[in-house]
Parts: sequence; C-alpha cells; structure tokens
Amino acid sequence: MPVISTIVLAQGPDWIQFDVEAFVSQFWSNTIDGLAYGSIYALVAMGYTMVYGVLQLINFAHSEVFIVGAYAVFFVLSALGFGPSAPNLSVAALVGDLVLAMLVAMLVSGLVAVALERVAYRPLRRRNAPRLAFLITAIGASFAIQYALFAWRGANPEPAVIMFRPKPVFEIFGATIDSQQLVIFGAAIVLMIITDMFVNRTRLGRGLRAVAQDPDTATLMGVNKERVIVLTFLIGGILAGAAALFYVMKVPAGVQFNGGFILGIKAFAAAVLGGIGNIRGALLGGLLLGVIGNYGQTLLGNAQWTDVVAFVVLVGILMIRPTGILGESLGRARV
Amino acid sequence: MTTSSTSPKTGTASEATPTTGRGWFFGLGDQWNSLPRPQQWAWLVPVVVLIYALPLLNPPLLTTEPGTNFPLALFDVARFALIAIGLNVVVGQAGLLDLGYVGFFAIGSYVAALLTSPDSVLWHIPYLWTLPLAMAVTMVFGLILGAPTLRLRGDYLAIVTLGFGEIVRLLATIVEPLKGQVGFQSVGHPPGTNSEGNAIFAVSNGTPWYWLCVTITIIVLFLVGNLERSRVGRAWVAIREDEDAAEIMGVATIRFKLWAFVIGAAIGGLSGALFAGQIGFVNNQKFDVPTSVLFLAAVVLGGSGNKVGVILGAFVVSYIPNRFVELAAYKYLIFGVALIVLMIFRPQGLLGARQRLLAYGRQAYLRIVGKPEQLSSDSSLKGEGDRIS
Repeated sequence: MPVISTIVLAQGPDWIQFDVEAFVSQFWSNTIDGLAYGSIYALVAMGYTMVYGVLQLINFAHSEVFIVGAYAVFFVLSALGFGPSAPNLSVAALVGDLVLAMLVAMLVSGLVAVALERVAYRPLRRRNAPRLAFLITAIGASFAIQYALFAWRGANPEPAVIMFRPKPVFEIFGATIDSQQLVIFGAAIVLMIITDMFVNRTRLGRGLRAVAQDPDTATLMGVNKERVIVLTFLIGGILAGAAALFYVMKVPAGVQFNGGFILGIKAFAAAVLGGIGNIRGALLGGLLLGVIGNYGQTLLGNAQWTDVVAFVVLVGILMIRPTGILGESLGRARV
Repeated sequence: MTTSSTSPKTGTASEATPTTGRGWFFGLGDQWNSLPRPQQWAWLVPVVVLIYALPLLNPPLLTTEPGTNFPLALFDVARFALIAIGLNVVVGQAGLLDLGYVGFFAIGSYVAALLTSPDSVLWHIPYLWTLPLAMAVTMVFGLILGAPTLRLRGDYLAIVTLGFGEIVRLLATIVEPLKGQVGFQSVGHPPGTNSEGNAIFAVSNGTPWYWLCVTITIIVLFLVGNLERSRVGRAWVAIREDEDAAEIMGVATIRFKLWAFVIGAAIGGLSGALFAGQIGFVNNQKFDVPTSVLFLAAVVLGGSGNKVGVILGAFVVSYIPNRFVELAAYKYLIFGVALIVLMIFRPQGLLGARQRLLAYGRQAYLRIVGKPEQLSSDSSLKGEGDRIS
C-alpha cells in the first residue's frame, strides 16, 4: 500500500523552504512587530482567560465580541471623517478621536459580551447543563453573531480606515520602532496593568478571584456569584474592544464579518501558552505568540504560515506543558 | 429520563424537559424497540425501498426541483447523513466535541482527488479504491490529532480541532502540490457507462451517486450500530457519562476516546472522498470551519447519540437550504441560533438519544417481568457528567 505523505514530501523542497537569511536579517524588526501584534493577541486572550478562570468555559464567541468592537471602531472613525488616506489632524485631535473610538468599541464589545452571557450561558447555568452543552452554545453564539454581521454588512471587508502614518521614533539593533508599534504596545501594557491591579487589589477583584477559586464557598462568604460572572464577561469585552482599536490601527482593512475567527484561535493559543486562567500568563503568551508567529512567517516565506505556526504552538504546548508557562491560576490555588 | 433524577440538583431540571421519559417521538421509539427483530425488518424493508426510489418518484411537495436538481439534493442529504453518523460517534457516543470535522472531510476529498485527477502528478488508481484509502489516511490524521489532545480536558479538544479544520484549509492553500484555489479538475468516478457511452456516475447525474451514498451509509450504519452495542460502545457511553468513574471501573478511557475519534475521522474521510467524486472538482474553498459547524448542527439538532435522530438532523440541515433557496444565504445564521436555542430548551435534540445498555439483559428482563420496562434515554447533552458551576 503506497504511503501518500512520503510522495508529497519527496517532491517537497519547492513548497517548504527555510529562508534563514531573511530570518536573521529581519530578526529585530520581526521581534518588534511581533510584540505589537502580540499585544493585540494578549488583550483578546485576557477575555478567554478570565472567563475560563471563573467558569472553566472556553467562550468561543469572544472572537465575535472582538470583531463587533472592530465594527464599532470602523463606524466611529468613518463618522469622524477617517478614510483610506491618513487624515491631517493635530496630535491632540487625533488622540481625542482615537480615544473616543476606543471608548465606543469598549462599550459595544462589553455590552455584547454581557448580553451573550445573559442570553446564552445563564439559562444553561440555571439548568446545570453539562459542559458539552456550554461548548455547543458557545460555538452556536459565535456563528450566530458572525453571520448576523454577514447578513448585515456582506462578505467583503469594510473599506480601510487609516488612523495615522507610522513615523519612525528610534532604532534598536538596526530595527526601526515606529510610532504605531509604540502606541499599541504601550497602551496594551497599560491596560494589562490596570486589569491586573483591578483583579489583585480591589474588592470586586477579590470577589472575582474567590469565585474562580471556589464558587460555592465564595457564595457562602457573601460574594454575589452572578454579579462576578457578569463582571468577568464585561472586563473581557472591554479589553476586546480596546484590542479592536489596535487591530484596526494595525490592519486597517481587516474589518470583516469573519475577521475575528483566526485571531480568536490565536488569542486562545496565547492564553493556553501563558497558562489559561492566568492574567499575566495571557500577556506573556500573547507577546510570545506574536513574536513566534512573525519568525515563522519570515522563516517559511508566506504570511499565512503565521496561523499554522500559532496552531502548532498550541498543540505543542498542550503536549509538553498543558498548564502553560506560568501555570493556570486566577484564584491562585486552583487545581 | 430515569437516570438523572438521582441528584437533588437536577431533580427540577429534568422535569423541564418532558417526553424524554417516554423516549423519542412520544413513545414511538419504545414501541419500536419492543417489536421483535423480524417485525422491525418487515417495517424497515419498505422504508429502505422508498428511500432508494425517492429520486425516481420525485414527489411533488418534497421536491426541490425549480431551485436545485432533486437527485443532487438527495445526494447532499445522503452525504450529510453519512457525515452526521460519523460525527455522532465522536460527539454523541463518546461525548467529545470535534469542531474540525471538516478537516477530515477535506483530507478524504484530497486523497480521492490526488489519486484520480489528471491534474495530480501522483500515480492514479481506480476511484473506488480511494474510498478505503481515504479512510485509512484520515484515520492516521485522527490519530495524530487525537493522541496529544485526548489526554486533556474536553474543551482543549474542541479548540484544537477547530484550529485543525482551519489549518487543513490553509495548508491546501499554501502547499503548492495541493493547488490551492485552482484545485483538481475531473476527479475520478466509479466505472460503468450507459448504452450511449456516457458515464453512469456523471457529475450532473445525482441518482447513481445518491444510491451509492445511501448504500455506503446503510453499511456504515450497520457497522456503527454493532460497534455501539459492543464493549467499545459501552465504554464510550461510560466515558461520556462520567470519565473518572469509567477510568476507575477499568475502562481504558484514552484508548477508547482515541478509537471514537479515529473511527469518526475515517467516516469523515469516506464522505469526503464520495463528495469529491460527485462534484468532480476539489479545491480549498469548500472546507471552511462554518461547514464544520453545520455538521455539528446536524448532529445536535437531530439528537446527538441517536442514529435516527442525526439522520433527521442531517436531512434538516442539508435539505432546507436546497428546498428554500432564499434561506440558503442565511443558513449559518439560522443554524447558529438554532444551536443556542436548542441547548436552552431541548438539549437532547429533536429525537433524544436512547442508549440500549445491556441489550440482551433487557430482553431477559422483559421475559421475567413480562412488561416493557423504562429504558434510560439520554445523550451527551443530558447526562450527569462534569458541570460548569
């Protein structure tokens, strides 16, 4: 019986090659760009990781929460006069517009996430449904939102909205860091720190950690579990909304009904890589995955390899260390 | 549902879903199962004959004719039924959520295309030989994908398979010998010609393809049915209901989960090869993840764990877009919403699953007690399992 794979590989070298030279020469620019992408993954990964930490549920529809935010960014910026060419605005006006777009996106994504919890997941929790039912609901919700967007806006991506032309700011090891990368990376880190402080320092955050650790005991101690769950979805949605702004900044023509899907898988891979249920792990995993994906893309010579690399990383980490780099813990002592 | 009212937590929950205690279709299933085997056969034979005769009868209300060619629409239904039976082994029997089933389907299609299409540089074999070969190849892929992930929690399997489905499509795009969007023309078909010299299994002629697919589906149905009633099937149900308990009772959980996954994959590959043959053209456009979710919708809609149910689900999912062409554009939206609504109001699907654990013991019990007993009827979606608190 012939073995297929050997045949394909025997004539293989023309479709898979390792471009080591490009990899070396672009190493630092790839790293920096990867960190910018990774920040976006990390922000989305936070939503997965927090919901997983509290409910042990993979919220498949989180990628759609994110893409709805991207639509919000698109509409706000279009209304403000942004278009396929960068606008001529003063820095203050530009920042004002972007912050407005981000706030609207956060609001919209947050509301969608909370509505999702209300409509789809809460009835199942009430009924004490098995885990499989939650997963199927999640995937159903993901497709319902995706194809509702499709029915509304059609299959084509929305026209590009360029926010500003990236200007080189300074150089490291011969690689230029531009203003866009700096803004994305900086803002993402700030949002991460705020979230981390919220979860670790505030009263509500303590409640959240308590529910993640032991829902029943937390309820007995007076934590309102339902409120904590809504809060978790809300925070995840808000961060996804912020990620949506940076995504549109980085990929101006990426607002499409199914644009969140691959990014969602990557963000989930990032969450698993860092340790699902672990907020700092999501940041670490996101940044790592962004960088690794960029390396893989240069090494293998086709942009679409990024997605394959992300998936291979996910399977690899599941085989070697399923708890991720930093281990899984939102409530710290979770088994 | 006699099994799940033991826990005080679910006592009220099971009351909310009536008719399950009587099996599916308001007790019809119980009546059916209490019939002796020969009588069941006597009923089944005309039904099967009717199913075979459908493309020739072309009944007026059922026909999809102005919009879609009816025999081709029927082939679509039969193909979905085969897929749903395969996916049901994974989702319904073993309770593993496989969201990348289309990946196996795609691999099966590509095996058929690579070995029969003139566009492929590999040597060529007769089309019918590609069917078992496609199954073998997809089994290997199922093993490769399942081995690392089935050790972990079920949710990981869901996302890894989701990624897998997408990766197969991406690889078909980037890997050059797989020809991406250009694809493979004139994939092979079974031999045989009409008297005027045209092939019987022509792309435009759905009827022979439908008959071939129905025949294969019936064979697969028998094999899977026997498997379900065997030790393997009982192990699957045990794993689905409570994996830890099954492990403690000596069921080799990982091995049986892997079996379910691999067998499901093989059936997916088989249907993929059939699809490639009928369409006669394979490229990377038909194997997206939404299709995978459509497959899942067929299983869940009909009633995961119930073979008759999933065939009904497959019929609904594939027939409605063909019959009501104006709905076709919204099918993903409709079935996405259907999944949410179903999970809330009727998680066991249109026809809830029936597990005939101890089929022979049941007959013995019947003889001793002399009355039809209450069977446990549940599925992966109604079981006790581990829960999200």
